[in-house]
Amino acid sequence: MADFDVPELQEYSVVPKLEEGTMAHISSFKAKPKFQGPLGYPDELVDNWEEKVITKMDELRGKYRGFQVFLDSCVKCGACTDKCHYYLGTKDPKNMPVARQDLLRKVYRRYSTFAGKFFGALGIPGFVGAADLNKEVLDDWYTYFHQCSQCRRCSVYCPYGIDTAEISMAAREIMSSVGVSQKYCNEIIGKAQTIGNNLGLPEKALIDTLEGLEEEVEEDTGVAVKFPLDQKGADILLITPSADFFAEPHVDGLIGYAKVFHEAGASWTMSSHASEAANFGMFIGSYENMRTLSLRIRKAAIDLGVKRIVFGECGHAWRVAYSFLHTLAGPFDFLDQNYPIPQHICEYTNDLIENDELKFDKSENDHMTVTFHDSCNVARASRMGDKPGGQMEIPRAVIKAVCNNYVDMAEDTIGEATFCCGGGGGLLTDDLMEIRVKGAQPRMEAYKSVVDNGGVTHLAAICAICKAQFSKILPKYGYGMTDIVSVHQLVSDAIILTGSEDDTSEDSDTNESE
Amino acid sequence: MSASVVYALAFYAATAILIIGVARKIVQYAKTPAPLKIPTMPAPVTQAGVVVRMFTEVALFNSLFKSNKWSWIFGWMFHFALLLALFRHLRYVIPADSFLMPLIGHEIVQAFGKYAGFAMLAGLGGLFARRIVVDRVRYISSPSDYAMLLLIMGIAFTGLMMSFVNHTDIVLLKEFMLGLLVFNIQPLPTDVVLLVHLALVIILMIIFPISKLLHAPGVFFSPTRNQVDNSREKRHLAPWAAELEADRKAGE
Repeated sequence: MADFDVPELQEYSVVPKLEEGTMAHISSFKAKPKFQGPLGYPDELVDNWEEKVITKMDELRGKYRGFQVFLDSCVKCGACTDKCHYYLGTKDPKNMPVARQDLLRKVYRRYSTFAGKFFGALGIPGFVGAADLNKEVLDDWYTYFHQCSQCRRCSVYCPYGIDTAEISMAAREIMSSVGVSQKYCNEIIGKAQTIGNNLGLPEKALIDTLEGLEEEVEEDTGVAVKFPLDQKGADILLITPSADFFAEPHVDGLIGYAKVFHEAGASWTMSSHASEAANFGMFIGSYENMRTLSLRIRKAAIDLGVKRIVFGECGHAWRVAYSFLHTLAGPFDFLDQNYPIPQHICEYTNDLIENDELKFDKSENDHMTVTFHDSCNVARASRMGDKPGGQMEIPRAVIKAVCNNYVDMAEDTIGEATFCCGGGGGLLTDDLMEIRVKGAQPRMEAYKSVVDNGGVTHLAAICAICKAQFSKILPKYGYGMTDIVSVHQLVSDAIILTGSEDDTSEDSDTNESE
Repeated sequence: MSASVVYALAFYAATAILIIGVARKIVQYAKTPAPLKIPTMPAPVTQAGVVVRMFTEVALFNSLFKSNKWSWIFGWMFHFALLLALFRHLRYVIPADSFLMPLIGHEIVQAFGKYAGFAMLAGLGGLFARRIVVDRVRYISSPSDYAMLLLIMGIAFTGLMMSFVNHTDIVLLKEFMLGLLVFNIQPLPTDVVLLVHLALVIILMIIFPISKLLHAPGVFFSPTRNQVDNSREKRHLAPWAAELEADRKAGE
């Protein structure tokens, strides 16, 4: 890994002057041949790849309306140019959303539009923003389409709703089709498709881990909270990112879900067949791979005979679950239609809170002042609850129900305007550390502001990638690795389990609860 | 061949290219499935809500407003002025006894249309300046981006010249335009400003379907703006995606 300087955090974020080529040296490790075949891709760069790239692009234009409309509609107004965290953190103009799109669009213009062919024949394709496809262009694609976290922030500001995530997904799919894929994404998809989760944890390891958690929680609280796996006939199937099984602070979130289910008296289970909420098929723009992974969840739900599916804290997983699962793996007529299909764990917990079914000792979290990082895929690509914007309100409602001290970051850095953590979209790999650190700068500046002026001590998130990214990135910017917390970790710390030492309900309450 | 004939033929060709070209793109957009629900959230949960969202985008440039106030004011000023100018121009292509004439010919419509030319020029000038002054916008600009702004500025400028400086024979022009509609080529006034004005309009019509001007129909087909957020309630399945499910029945 090349040495690089961690950006200095400013009091107020400024849009930098561009500096060409600052990130041109970044190249994520490529997938090894043996991982390509199983996903349906050639082992390595194929012959005639130029032709095949154009053929694939044509195919995708015929399959995805958004891709075609976005390629045609950009007027180069510049609305998106200062909206990408990777541009703000690196100054590299090819990290401006429109310039990133143009890497692909110029090839589309050249080979598939009249203007590009006409001016190309005249020898001046550049007049209309068209350019020939060559190895250099392909390398640029690989470099810069792996510096996009598909966070969709640019699409909020585009007057035509052009979503660079869609372009970047298509670009990755096109590259994969000629044998150029990223190691991180494709090897993980391979593991999820064969073993059931991104980490490649086999069933036995899962059982051990969950038993360990049961012991830990019982030791802590004196209450036997269960972490059931593959329990047939359970009501609820919990699908959670596999990082929740052991990474910090993810696992504290998993403990939180288990405590909530316990207190709700719910019958629930996890599945070893579908032990992964994450779906990296989305990152590489592959409908087929995304679908294969989603069908594992359907199969698990059918095999276990559950009535509901609840998803744990994971950003892009919630996008796939909320927006795509019904499409990819539905219909779910075998599930209980009285509940949202699928449901987010925050919706689940919030419902219990609103119905007064959970008891909390908020003072357990008094040593913290918390702020909430809206994960991009939750904020801009999904919803929670019945109303638009519920994806912003419900996690905050949960946090505020369990914490006394809560402060929001600046308005233009949260909600639909939230800044990516810097590690989404298949970039959460060590070989991309430089772009991850630099891309986190806008979020870190917003965080610094509430730390300095609002006394904030902790950053809460509901995304496995965000959590992993922040635990690596926070220390680079001088903050603590454990400043990042799971929302259900806060729930876990404050919840009063019936029968635990902290449970004083029988002394104080008049036994209202049945 | 006289100028009238050249311009008449050019108008027919340009109109055909514009209509057929844009229609082909619209058909392409309409026929291409959007296999996944990708509205930029928070998004409306009803179709009526989508209509409102689309209206705020098309009429008010809502997203651009969120992004950058300078781009918004210049861009909106130009487009709205263009609309007013177009209204005013309808006078030249509809017969005097048309039921639309009282509206189009009304002095308010005509006055707004007349002075809109200045707003157009101001808006376009602002957009042109942004391309030069802001380093990020300069970086993403191709020669054609500048050329298109200059083209439309040329149209606005020659239009203003005819309104305020160098009047053309408007009666003759109207006879020419009405003649075109019934394939009866009438003489066209020959003053240079008018000929330049019309030539630039013809070029604009021709490049419309082969350039970024496709943003006009494109925005209506943008899935991030026109989709309803109801993926949990209603299964959304594209025909090509449904075909993939042939294997499912056996598999489960």
